[in-house]
Amino acid sequence: MRFIAPETALPEGTLVLDSTHDVTRMAAELSGSASHPAVALQFAKWTDGRGYSQAVMLRARLGYTGEIIASGDVLADMLPLLRRCGFSAVQLRADQSVESAQRALGFFDGGHDHQYHHYQRSTLAPAVVAAVAAVAA
Amino acid sequence: MYRYTDSDRHFLRARSAQFRDQLRRHLDGELSGDDFKPLRLQNGWYVQRHAPMLRVAVPYGELSSLQLRTLATIAREFDLQPDPTSPVPGVTRGATRGGFGHFTTRQNLQFNWIPLDRAADVMDLLAAADMHGIQTSGNCIRNTTSDALAGIAPDEIVDPRPYCEMLRQWSTLHPEFAFLPRKFKIAVSGAREDRAATAWHDIGLQLRRNDAGEVGFQVAVGGGMGRTPVIATPINAFVPWAQILVYIEAIVRVYNLYGRRDNAYKARIKILVKAEGTRFVDAVNQEFAALCAQPDVQFIAQAELDRVAASFTDPVSSASTVPPAARATLPAAYTRWLDRNVHGHRLPGYRAVTLSLKRAGLPPGDVTADQMEGAAELAARYSQGELRVTHDQNLLLPWVREADLHALWMAAREGGFATPNIGLLTDMIACPGGDLCALANARSLPLAAAINERFADLDELHDIGDIDLHISGCINSCGHHHSGHIGILGVDKDGSEWYQVTVGGADGSTLSGPAVAGKVIGPAFAADEVPDAIEAVIDTYRQQRHAGERFIDTARRIGALPFRAAADAVRRATAPALAA
Repeated sequence: MRFIAPETALPEGTLVLDSTHDVTRMAAELSGSASHPAVALQFAKWTDGRGYSQAVMLRARLGYTGEIIASGDVLADMLPLLRRCGFSAVQLRADQSVESAQRALGFFDGGHDHQYHHYQRSTLAPAVVAAVAAVAA
Repeated sequence: MYRYTDSDRHFLRARSAQFRDQLRRHLDGELSGDDFKPLRLQNGWYVQRHAPMLRVAVPYGELSSLQLRTLATIAREFDLQPDPTSPVPGVTRGATRGGFGHFTTRQNLQFNWIPLDRAADVMDLLAAADMHGIQTSGNCIRNTTSDALAGIAPDEIVDPRPYCEMLRQWSTLHPEFAFLPRKFKIAVSGAREDRAATAWHDIGLQLRRNDAGEVGFQVAVGGGMGRTPVIATPINAFVPWAQILVYIEAIVRVYNLYGRRDNAYKARIKILVKAEGTRFVDAVNQEFAALCAQPDVQFIAQAELDRVAASFTDPVSSASTVPPAARATLPAAYTRWLDRNVHGHRLPGYRAVTLSLKRAGLPPGDVTADQMEGAAELAARYSQGELRVTHDQNLLLPWVREADLHALWMAAREGGFATPNIGLLTDMIACPGGDLCALANARSLPLAAAINERFADLDELHDIGDIDLHISGCINSCGHHHSGHIGILGVDKDGSEWYQVTVGGADGSTLSGPAVAGKVIGPAFAADEVPDAIEAVIDTYRQQRHAGERFIDTARRIGALPFRAAADAVRRATAPALAA
């Protein structure tokens, strides 16, 4: 998970979407040579969970492999869910502690074998999938 | 019962550690009360009128003696009501009275007096007994509920428990569905008789076999109580069992993306289903098709079903049946108990027995620490160490040998569990109400006690017969007043407590008829008028019933008006307003 400092600019060319966007209709915009290197899904309120479904659809339905950034009202405690839904970067709310966010990522982490203690298969970001595969190999 | 694996235990320990960290950050001031709230809710912690309330999940109602003993220990050591005579305000330790728990209609258990700073310790104790409070609250998929007779009912088509367990696993910390527009409740029934009120749930699942004998689910969506009672809409007659989690994923994803988030009262899936109608069903089917077309789609494998189902094999095989004794030779109290509290069983020689938690002097569904120990002991001695929590707030012993019934009756009587009132008026459902709950408009427990006292006579109770009385302290409907043959709803007018009475509601069981909300019989009653109003309603039934007709049959035949007239006639405080 890449941390982008609060109030800094998102990577150039990032497509910023709010939670009302139907991402399945953005296939054309997200593929091909003019594709966006990153998509930022904005959380207007951290308890509004639409961004999780948007990220899963981007990865699993559209096969999007660029960076997916969670931005807006993002809490440290959201990190494990974000990662498992395919987010690969996060811009935390300004008052949040990066240290707490990193600790939050560790609770369900199996450590050495990268086996997460969860009941569902995750929709991990391609970079995480590659890292897990590399360790397993 | 499902047997926890190392991986299940690993998961619970991780969740306990995560919650301990969140609690510490909150108590240290790093995590504000507003931000901590959704996190604690998803672990079962409410902040109530007097203290935090902890709701412990009892997955589909199955509980072991060992787990119930753990709950007793928590009640005794942590659920400490403040000493009212304590000179220090807010002191919660050194309480004068031991703790208790309250079983809910969703088969969970609630504690009311655990101090928040002990929360993480309690979670560790629960985890040690394979229990938790995960997703018993908050805007997420809640504890899956089922038939209290699952796996033992003579009318069962398919045992729902393996599917409930797979649903539990699938929904537990599902990363995509932790922050839905509103709470989401799933109920599963596997028998001909729907004992899980499935039509009143966000998703109601009924196990079926098709003509080829294959197992699948009939799926209904969008049922719910609250201020807009709605019966679930059937949207699929047969989803093959292997596909059910993918089908539910499609439903919940459509809800997550399109459910209303602008108004908490319009945020349940029932509102989306009503507003969109067939477009909702189309969207679900389209999403389901898209999921099925994904190369990584995961249906449930037969091996996985077999692995989970292995936890639910019968702990006993059939026993020799006991020839029925001539009733005349048995004590009347015993035959009454046999008639009301003992139920048929799939296995010859076995019976299911309800331990009534509806008795004078204690609120419906309440159990003291000592009673929990007592019930755990009865289960250990007579029911293979297993209990069930029923939808109507009782405990049930699923594996009782016919030969042990008399001994169990004696022991249950001693423990205060043998009131022969299952299905009768005093076997009422009630929420904790305004005595404990911060949401309630009115108290439900004094009312329950007053009605209990009014109808204490067992002969009269048996003459009134089968009836569902449901009491909710507010429109959130935790006491399921909408589905009661008689429903009572606490309402707030000018800061005082009033009660609306409804007649003719049904939970969807065969006895009650198709699920429907009851009809209000006139303006709300004052608290001290309610027992008279209920008595007037009951008297109306007894005067008008045809031979063999139960309350709900009469209510359906004659409608709400005669009940209203009778109840109006006993008004005192509210009579002038009615005349005006």
